[in-house]
Amino acid sequence: MTIEWYIVLSSLLFAVGAMGILIRRSPVVILLCLELMLNAGNLALVAFSRMVGNQEGQVFALVVMVIAACEVVVGLGLIVAIFRRRLPLNVDDLRELRG
Amino acid sequence: MSATAWAWLVLLLPLLGSIVISLGFRGLPARAAGAIGTLAIGLAFACAVGVLLNLLGQEPDARHHASSLWDYASAAGLDIKLGIYVDQLSAFMILVVTGVSTLIHLYSFGYMRSDEGYRRFFSYLNFFVFSMLLLVLAGNFVLLIVGWAFVGFASYALISFWYRRTTATGAGMKAFVINVVGDIGLVLAAFLIFRELGTFDYDAVFAQAPEVFSRGEWTITAICLLLLVGAFAKSAQIPFHTWLPDAMEGPTPVSALIHAATMVTAGVYLIARTHVLFYLAPTAADIAAFVGLGTLLIAGTIAIAQTDLKRVIAYSTMSQIGYMIMGVSIGAYSAGLFHLMTHAFFKALLFMAAGSIISAMANRQDIDRMSGFWRAMRFTSIMLLIGGLALAAFPGTSGFFSKDSILSYAETRGGMYEWMAIGGYVGAFLTAIYTFRLIFRVLPGKPCPEAQELIDTGNLYHGPPINPATEEEEDSEVGFPGAHHHIAEQSWPMAVAMACLGFGALFAGLIQVPGVDNVLFGFLEPAFEDSPLAAIHPSVAHEWTGLAVGAAVALVGIAAAWLLWSERPSLPAVFRERLRPVYLLCLNKWYFDEAIDLLVVRPALAIGRFANSTFERLVVDGIVTGTRGTVGGAGGIVRLVQNGFVRSYALLLVAGFAGLALYFLLSSS
Repeated sequence: MTIEWYIVLSSLLFAVGAMGILIRRSPVVILLCLELMLNAGNLALVAFSRMVGNQEGQVFALVVMVIAACEVVVGLGLIVAIFRRRLPLNVDDLRELRG
Repeated sequence: MSATAWAWLVLLLPLLGSIVISLGFRGLPARAAGAIGTLAIGLAFACAVGVLLNLLGQEPDARHHASSLWDYASAAGLDIKLGIYVDQLSAFMILVVTGVSTLIHLYSFGYMRSDEGYRRFFSYLNFFVFSMLLLVLAGNFVLLIVGWAFVGFASYALISFWYRRTTATGAGMKAFVINVVGDIGLVLAAFLIFRELGTFDYDAVFAQAPEVFSRGEWTITAICLLLLVGAFAKSAQIPFHTWLPDAMEGPTPVSALIHAATMVTAGVYLIARTHVLFYLAPTAADIAAFVGLGTLLIAGTIAIAQTDLKRVIAYSTMSQIGYMIMGVSIGAYSAGLFHLMTHAFFKALLFMAAGSIISAMANRQDIDRMSGFWRAMRFTSIMLLIGGLALAAFPGTSGFFSKDSILSYAETRGGMYEWMAIGGYVGAFLTAIYTFRLIFRVLPGKPCPEAQELIDTGNLYHGPPINPATEEEEDSEVGFPGAHHHIAEQSWPMAVAMACLGFGALFAGLIQVPGVDNVLFGFLEPAFEDSPLAAIHPSVAHEWTGLAVGAAVALVGIAAAWLLWSERPSLPAVFRERLRPVYLLCLNKWYFDEAIDLLVVRPALAIGRFANSTFERLVVDGIVTGTRGTVGGAGGIVRLVQNGFVRSYALLLVAGFAGLALYFLLSSS
């Protein structure tokens, strides 16, 4: 299989994730879409790594996974905190930071 | 101990005294504050004697030492040390300052006893003496300026000591502002010296100046003229003198301190200290001499017309400082300093006696109301008489020898200086007249009611508390003079202080009688030997001729005063009528206050008003409002983006990133 298919799949996944972030309102789904975008990036990294023939891209992919895990911890923590304070689980309603 | 170590102690003790009294003013009993203050200055005097003895133990040419504790400021090319300079001149000055100040402290110990601000008073007083000592001991121009400014502040604090009297606070501000004008002159002079010579240290400046500057060059003349601005403002010479009579608003010991030992002598000291520079700038020196001469004559005429007891003495101070400034400017350095010393004695004594009389008058100072104090207050009267005799240069008193040593020097130098000597004798005649006008009106005659009460009951007259300047009734609480007063006859510290000064005023002149002894000049002259002017000495015969003329002038003046105010009391009124314009001119102090008001104060006020109403409204407000509007408008635009929707932020992010990617894609292909 040539590299193009991997890149196309990765781009599609990234676009789906970005679209999801832009149109969905639930913080949980936004978090999921964020993960999707990160994993699209991972896929591209691994594919390029195989094409070049060394392991550096895979190392990057591992680092991204660690960061994704951290991000999920923080993100889910925020969501739980929002839920506990009985605030609406809707990012459009949480707009106290408007200037 | 070395001379400099003693000198550091002289500086330290008054500072410690001031700090202890100010920090402990709640805990200290009132009398203890006075005792600490007096003791601190007394010990400083003892240390000053230590400096003197140390210097006397050395060769006359080796009697100058510089010492520094640490670097005061150090920057590129600039190295200022916290240093002092001890030589004959500064040793002499600290002796006079601490000696007379000790007696003034002792006097205040009794005089201010019933004042609510007793501790505050002694704290200020010690600080004042410390500032003056810093001024005379400083080893470079920067420390000199520090001491100079401290003295200005201390005088402000003491003149407006009765801070709830509006006249007193006004006088304090006036003194401060005029002093700051002088400070600016001094600072600019120091800048110029640094620019030309690259150093502030006395030693280096005075050693290099004759090599760098040629005599009469404009730079050195400018430096000296700027120094003179400082000296005139501190020493109350025309046209910077108007603060001095107003400074009479302070308590009487303060007047004695400012006028006798400290502050007003600073200008004389400055000219004597920088005599090397003034020798290189003959024009500036001559200007100083003429200003001194003018001041001594004008102040003398004003003093004849004044009726406020303390103001008459204040104008006599101006006049005597005029002699000193004239002396040190024409080259009679030792003679000028000699007069400084004798003046310190008799002027402090006069103020103390005046304070005692004012106490007996329940704070009134108008000599028109006073008479007959000879019978009521014998001791004070004798002291007033001694001070008056010395001031009028009565033969044999201290002022007699010191004043004439300046004038005979002027005569020996010849040329136009001879005319200055003649002007000086005219001034001496005026001095004798106004001094004895005061004495003949206050001491003899039928006792006034206040004096009569003192004779009859032995108690002081107690009137309602009155501000002598405005005749308005005022409280007697904190910030005002207390209701109770003290006179020398009933308070031993005052009497002791006055007796010591009386002794000095009578006999201090005997240390320098021409042809007999040469104690003071012999000590001082090595400090001035680098100026060729100091080598001019009047011959003994010449000096005795001068003394004879001086004696005749003084006696004629006293006789004239006796004729006018004792023998034929109707004559002054006749003179007042005949010479009405002259009388009005003198009564209104030659309209100096009005002239300064017209030439300086009003234009400054007009500029200020214009700046406030027009410039401020249009330019300043325009700039400020414009800037605020620009920033606010820009902020309003940016705020639109910050709408709080997470998803629109994400859209911006994605769009931005996509745009960036597109740009790179397009530009790479």
